[in-house]
Amino acid sequence: MDVKDIIKEENLAYKKTKVLTDNEMHYCPGCTHGVVHKAIAEVIEEKDIQEKTIGISPVGCSVLAYNYIDIDWQEAAHGRAPALATAVSRLMPEKYVFTYQGDGDLASIGSAEILHACNRGENIMVIFINNGIYGMTGGQMAPTTLPGMPTSTSPYGRDVKLAGNPLKMTEIVAQLPGTTFVARHSAETAGAVRKLKKAIRKAFDNIDEKKGTSFIEVVSTCSSGWKLQPDASNKWMKENMFPFYELGVLKDE
Amino acid sequence: MVVLQAESEVAAANMLYGGAACGKKVMTSSSSPGVSLKMEAISYIAGAELPALVVNVVRGGPGLGTIQPAQSDYFQATKGGGHGDYHSIVLAPNSVQEMADFVELGFDLAFKYKNPSMILSDGMIGQMMEKVELKDFKPRLTEQEIIEKYGDWATTGKTADRERNVTTSLELQSELQEQFNIKLQKKYRELEANEVRFETAFVDDAEYLFVAYGSSSRICMKAVEIAREKGIKVGLLRPITLYPFPKKELNQLADQVKGMLSVEMSAGQMVEDVMLSVESKVPVEHFGRFGGIIPSPDEIVKALEEKIIKG
Repeated sequence: MDVKDIIKEENLAYKKTKVLTDNEMHYCPGCTHGVVHKAIAEVIEEKDIQEKTIGISPVGCSVLAYNYIDIDWQEAAHGRAPALATAVSRLMPEKYVFTYQGDGDLASIGSAEILHACNRGENIMVIFINNGIYGMTGGQMAPTTLPGMPTSTSPYGRDVKLAGNPLKMTEIVAQLPGTTFVARHSAETAGAVRKLKKAIRKAFDNIDEKKGTSFIEVVSTCSSGWKLQPDASNKWMKENMFPFYELGVLKDE
Repeated sequence: MVVLQAESEVAAANMLYGGAACGKKVMTSSSSPGVSLKMEAISYIAGAELPALVVNVVRGGPGLGTIQPAQSDYFQATKGGGHGDYHSIVLAPNSVQEMADFVELGFDLAFKYKNPSMILSDGMIGQMMEKVELKDFKPRLTEQEIIEKYGDWATTGKTADRERNVTTSLELQSELQEQFNIKLQKKYRELEANEVRFETAFVDDAEYLFVAYGSSSRICMKAVEIAREKGIKVGLLRPITLYPFPKKELNQLADQVKGMLSVEMSAGQMVEDVMLSVESKVPVEHFGRFGGIIPSPDEIVKALEEKIIKG
């Protein structure tokens, strides 16, 4: 019996969701973007909402997210995804609208747009990938860079006297009455991905119930930007990022 | 109709981008400093080839400038304004009636060419009270009608019978980005060939010509009257579309008149397009008041006499 005889539909215990395209991803080894894309795509398939979902992609490594998740997409200017999502959701209230943003995008240039979208309680899901640096442009310091963390623009580590302290966006938006569900997750283990998927499902369900903004931060790595191997990046994230950006549900109303 | 007061002009224009990508008729309005902030999204809208309408009721600048009327955003409006090689379609009303009529015209052109349209008004037209006849409301097109009329590009949700729609202005391969720019330029040549709008008055026997748009064109009509009482045969060409600009018509008039005066509430912006249009056939000068000052008909006639007639 040949291996091809075994790989048949009826023998498969697990297969790629049809909501992910067959395009080869451009992400670096160890990057969690692909895992988070898959989690979103799987929930879209499970909820059978592919025809009703519109994604807003950011500027950054995931600018090309529209090549991988097979739904309609709008590509926003840096930081402006929540403004686009506001319009899409208000003009087509029956659709499932989400933004996918990194920390350079959401916490710095787009800090006004995200705060006001959350404050208005736009009926959208926000996925916030936080790896503590600007990944795509060469690992520069982001608003989320940990104190003392070396980056290409803070080679001796972030000096908070000079550059200010890291912004905990998730804690900030949790205070706003417009947000209904605010959680911080990660995606470095199978268990973490399961929890993340559960949160994404909840966020889409909240859109069904028109409950307001659901905001999910995913604490992530950037092996290329951090100049660490993928396994060492995960270790560094657990030892340094998790104590500062504590995982868990901050708000669930 | 969905109306939303945005947190900033940056957000408002990006909401416009999101709404335009859904195939909806979307518009935003502001006055000069606010329109500068909107330029980011207008460039993206032009790059993603989407229809949208922006209204700029121009005030004096630069910077915070003044809240009084001006026409000093001509360069920004007609030459792109944001980054990249693009143009908005620019309509210049000179009455409250046209302020109303150009909304529909602006949307029609925006959808036809999948390009941002701009109504470039000023603080005078913007605050003027005049009689206006409002046309009957037309029923809104359905999603299906928009697809049939303008194409299936809107991000309304990927159905099983089509590929996903992605609105983006990103193309990382230079060769493809060049091809896209060539396509855009082709569209602008089509606009220049088919969509030039202008109005003339008293040009049949004119020996001199005022070129003015918006509020200035209204004042120039009075200046024409005063000049003709003095025996000066002057006419007026009023560009209605500032982009595309009535180059051909001005060039033809340059064969007839002895000189042209571009009258603007700016330090001289449209005058450059007038000069390019007439190809040095006749003298072209600029007269303007700025910083919120509105020129009087008498000083326009005086400028014609001093700058053009006396030479």
